[in-house]
Order: sequence, then structure tokens, then C-alpha cells
Amino acid sequence: MLDYLVPLVLLVTALLALGKREQAYPLLLEGASEGLGIVISILPSLILLLTAVHMLRASGAVSLLEQGLAPLFSLVGIPKETALLVLIRPISGSAALAVGADLMASYGVDSQIGRTAAVMLGSTETTFYTISVYFGAAGIRKTRYTLPAALIADFVGFFMASLTVRLLYP
Amino acid sequence: MMSWIYAGMLLVSVLAAVHSHSGAALSAAVLEGAGAGVTLAITLAGPICLWSGVGKLMDRVGITHMLSVCLGPLLHRVFPSARTNSALAQELSGNLCANLLGLGNAATPRGIRAARLLTRDDQANDELCRLIVLNTASIQLIPTSVAAIRSGLGCRTPFDILPAVWITSLCSAGMGLAAAWIFGKLWHHA
Repeated sequence: MLDYLVPLVLLVTALLALGKREQAYPLLLEGASEGLGIVISILPSLILLLTAVHMLRASGAVSLLEQGLAPLFSLVGIPKETALLVLIRPISGSAALAVGADLMASYGVDSQIGRTAAVMLGSTETTFYTISVYFGAAGIRKTRYTLPAALIADFVGFFMASLTVRLLYP
Repeated sequence: MMSWIYAGMLLVSVLAAVHSHSGAALSAAVLEGAGAGVTLAITLAGPICLWSGVGKLMDRVGITHMLSVCLGPLLHRVFPSARTNSALAQELSGNLCANLLGLGNAATPRGIRAARLLTRDDQANDELCRLIVLNTASIQLIPTSVAAIRSGLGCRTPFDILPAVWITSLCSAGMGLAAAWIFGKLWHHA
């Protein structure tokens, strides 16, 4: 069932468009070229950030960080190898993508660490960035409890990503 | 902000490399990382383009709208003002549904219009806090970029993480809302 989800989404969308007499193909093309714009706009930052991530790893800084945070992480059951991802996820989306892709490549996509990194990336957001966009647009100065509540959600996300991967893909 | 993060990462790398005498590996990593950035962008290019195309179509044929009809009751519980303000209800459900479908481009402008409709002064009220918490806890049905990275690295079942992503997103959004609700109560008494 799950295997058919993505192909069915594509099919149903196309059929609905035909049914509503929408110009399906031109719309798809228009959206796809917008997507190309997104890719081009993130390419420079992916290059810069992956350079920095590879440097952090080669220099041994990442393993120092992992060792330092290991006691804290093992207490809540989050793999220590995801330490850098957990720290950078709320701050920068492209950096998190870079770190996550690096984790999946180094440890293997189907490894526990690779999967945990994937689930973390898929189920959390760039919290600080999102908050600043929304409050900036709405002209809010007093943010009250938004940041702590959002960070709690992030923490639950990291924790649950580790837990669900451990339970669902033993 | 990013300038500081980038410079900080470089500073930490150089210091750590000096400490562990791994200068040669550090220089090699510079070129390797830059190349990996291009590879990652190429891996993401196809799926991002395809999904923005499909997303545009989904939005146009009204899938976002159908989804928002199903989510209506839930929406009214979390955002009571949406009951009396139909413009607000429309923007809110548009934002949440676009997020669910992973259409960041469609989600943000609607979320911002909803945020403006919710705003009364320069303070974040409870409903605005909830809207932002929901937007920072990504609730996405099909995380295409992550699946694209997995597929690019040779994974044969890039979508098999979906159940874990759904459970995790639900728990994180739920706990975020619960935390916002509790903080909201405490803030009134303070």
C-alpha cells in the first residue's frame, strides 16, 4: 500500500487536472522550472556548507563534539553521531541538509544512524529561521513563549526519530 | 548569521586539525566537500523540480482545498478565531495543507497572511504562537528531499522511512502544541 503512495499521488493529481480541464502539462512544466530556480539558489550554499562539514569531520572536531555530547545523548537514546545534525537543524536548513546527507553517506542509508538522520531531517524544520520570518512579517516584538515551545517540539522530534528508527527498523 | 556559523565551523576545524595534526586530511576535505555540495544539489534537482511541478498542479486542482475540508474540525479547535473569521480559516488551512503536501513555496505566503490576520498588537498572542509552532514542527506527508538523498545514495526503498517520519512529526507537533498551551496558561498568571 505504502509502496503505491507516491505514484498514486502523481496519477490522481494528473487525472483530477484532466477532469477539471486544467492545462496539466504546462502547469507541471511551470512548477518544475520554479523548482530548478530553487535548486540553483541553494547550490552555492550547499557547496560552502558541505565544504565546512567535510572540514569539521576531517579535522576530528565532529568526533570531539560527539564524545563531548555522548553522555547527554545516550541518556535520552539519541545516537551521538547525529550530534552535529541536532545542533545545526534549528539554525540552517541547507547546513542540516549537508550534515544529514554526509551522515547517510558515511554510515550507509539503511544503517540505524543513516535512517535516524533521514527521519530527523524529514520531521523537523529550521525553527529559528521560520520564527524570524513569521514574526518579521507580522511585526511582532514580544515573542513570549514561542521559541521555547518550538524548541520542545524539535527536541521531541529528535528523540522520537531515534526511538521510531530503533523500533521500526531493528 | 550564516557568516558567523560558516566562519565558526572553519575556525573549529582548523583548531581541531592543529590539535590532532590532521592538516593534510583537512586540505583534502576542502576540495572533497565542495564537490560533494554539487553532487548533493544534482541529487536533489530532479525530485525538487518534479515535486514543485506536481505541487503547482495539486494546488490548482484543489487537493489543498479538499484536504482543508477534512482538517476543518481540528483547525477550529486549535484556532478558535477561525470559527468566526472565514478569511483567516482559509489562510490557516491553506498553510497547514501546503505544509502537509511539502509545498513550502505555497505554505509560507499563506502562513504569513494568516499570521497578519491573527496579529492585534506587537505581542504574539496564543493563536499566533500555535501557528508558528505548527510551522516549525514540519508536518509533511511525503518528505521528498530526504527521499531524494536516500535514493541518490543507492537506497532501493527511499520511502520506507515514511511511517517513522509520520509518527515523529505527529509527536513533535503534538508536544509543541501541548507545550504552547501550558506556557499560554502560565503566562496569563505571571
